[in-house]
Amino acid sequence: MIRHIAGTAALLLFSLCVVALAIGISVGIGDLPIPLGTTWFAVTNKLGWTAVPLNRIHETVIWDYRLSRALVAAFCGAGLALSGAIMQSLLRNPLAEPYVLGISAGASTGAVAIVILGVGAGVVSLSAGAFAGAFAAFFFVALLSNGTRGGADRTILAGVAASQLFNATTSYIVTTSGNAQQARDVMFWLLGSFGGVRWPEFALVSVVLGIGLLVCLCYARVLDAFAFGDEAASALGVNVGRARIILFAVTAMMTATIVSMVGSIGFVGLVVPHAARFLVGPLHIRLLPACAIAGAIFMVAADIASRAIIPQQVLPIGVVTALVGVPFFSIILYRFQRPS
Amino acid sequence: MSIKADNLIWKIGRTTVLDGVSLEAQPGKMLGLLGPNGSGKTSLLRLLAGLKRPHSGRITLDNSDLSTMARSAIARRVAFVEQHASTNANLKVIDVVKLGRFPHRSMFSDWTVADDEAVESALSRAGMTGKRNQGWNSLSGGEKQRAHIARALAQSPQELILDEPTNHLDIQHQIGLMRLVAELPVTSIIAMHDLNHAAMFCDQLVVLERGKVVASGTPDKVLTQDLLRDVFVVDARVETSPHHSRPHIHYLR
Repeated sequence: MIRHIAGTAALLLFSLCVVALAIGISVGIGDLPIPLGTTWFAVTNKLGWTAVPLNRIHETVIWDYRLSRALVAAFCGAGLALSGAIMQSLLRNPLAEPYVLGISAGASTGAVAIVILGVGAGVVSLSAGAFAGAFAAFFFVALLSNGTRGGADRTILAGVAASQLFNATTSYIVTTSGNAQQARDVMFWLLGSFGGVRWPEFALVSVVLGIGLLVCLCYARVLDAFAFGDEAASALGVNVGRARIILFAVTAMMTATIVSMVGSIGFVGLVVPHAARFLVGPLHIRLLPACAIAGAIFMVAADIASRAIIPQQVLPIGVVTALVGVPFFSIILYRFQRPS
Repeated sequence: MSIKADNLIWKIGRTTVLDGVSLEAQPGKMLGLLGPNGSGKTSLLRLLAGLKRPHSGRITLDNSDLSTMARSAIARRVAFVEQHASTNANLKVIDVVKLGRFPHRSMFSDWTVADDEAVESALSRAGMTGKRNQGWNSLSGGEKQRAHIARALAQSPQELILDEPTNHLDIQHQIGLMRLVAELPVTSIIAMHDLNHAAMFCDQLVVLERGKVVASGTPDKVLTQDLLRDVFVVDARVETSPHHSRPHIHYLR
């Protein structure tokens, strides 16, 4: 038992080191390459552990631009993968993902309402609009799926309906606006970008994700109990209605925060939970931390790729995650065809 | 006294599924629930397991009203084996059986020796000890059903409710499963279709037809040629088996 705990702790420590390493590499990539050592000392200097003299320009680039970006990317990847795992378990559908409840569609409608229609008269930010839109979609789905009493299929159908409605609204607004530049901006935002994120975004996403991860870990055993469906969970003594509403609300909160900050980055929430399940098995007490860590690594790596593939140009992050995600998705589809 | 149902009425929309059902399970005995398709067996079992609430009537567990008990308190006492319980999570058998300890643990409590003992004894009773580390997807239908029963036993229930557990099993596994349930030291209520198996293994039978109890009592009292003709619409002769002295039904063409 003690060896088991020590092994798990060592594995956790090791994977956190990998996350840190990925973040370090991400900070080093760009028009101005920064050696890994410099980044390390920049952080340890700030923490007061060391006092190594460093290039001022390097320090500025690290602290003002790249470190916050890499950290936000890590947290967003963790949050999306975590939300995806919970959606897949609660809805008992291997193809469920964080946006299955219409959150990204709602966020896009909120964003275009701000950018193109000028709702909020410039006072409300694009992020706030997207967040409001995301939650509007979430409540719409909750209402359609009959609150907590609707089953998994009903919830998924309600999510599809909501996504269609909000996507259509977004398209309607974009195509009738007549301003090509605005449409392009919105498109770019929809595909996801870590371009504008700084420390305030980091503060917000780390708090939301920290709370989200804690709540989800508390519900790890409850999620296991959902393996055979809502009724089986109920027969095991789970308060199904309460568990569903809390877990849906927490994932909606995490996803909406991420989407409103960096756009709707696809496939991370779908792909990473499956990969994590192959590695650590289906029990949530291991699966959820594994998803968070793997999601963080995947997203930081995707962010590196988005800046490194074409020199002098940054690809939308959603394009990169989808390019990796689609082949993986095909494998999942293929695998799930076989056993039945 | 164990589970007692008193004049239960349950509806789906405007359709009355259960219409004034009363029954009483004897402690430690096996109660077979019979009836044609759509007669309300599954609905009744769901009410008895506390998964749904009756529109009127009362279910009591040793004199305490089921509707006043918390979900987890019911789960510590009553275990339910569903008819179609599948999963796409490839859990190991041991993980599925461990789910049975869920109602006995709080959100943060550690796994205890008592939990371990309950799981081991459940595995061995269900004959699944050797399969403990197998993945769910690699199990046969009979093994899945036995794993579900092991999970239910790990709940340390006093009442075990099973909904057609022998469906889709071959004859060896049907008999094996019925014998397993009959030998368990718990009160069991089991919905089933095979009348001969019901006669062989159950201590008491309740027959439902269109949501009403049409017969109840010991197998030899309940399984009459008239009942088979009226409720199940089959022509049959009922004899006492020279082999096990229980009623045996010969279906005539």
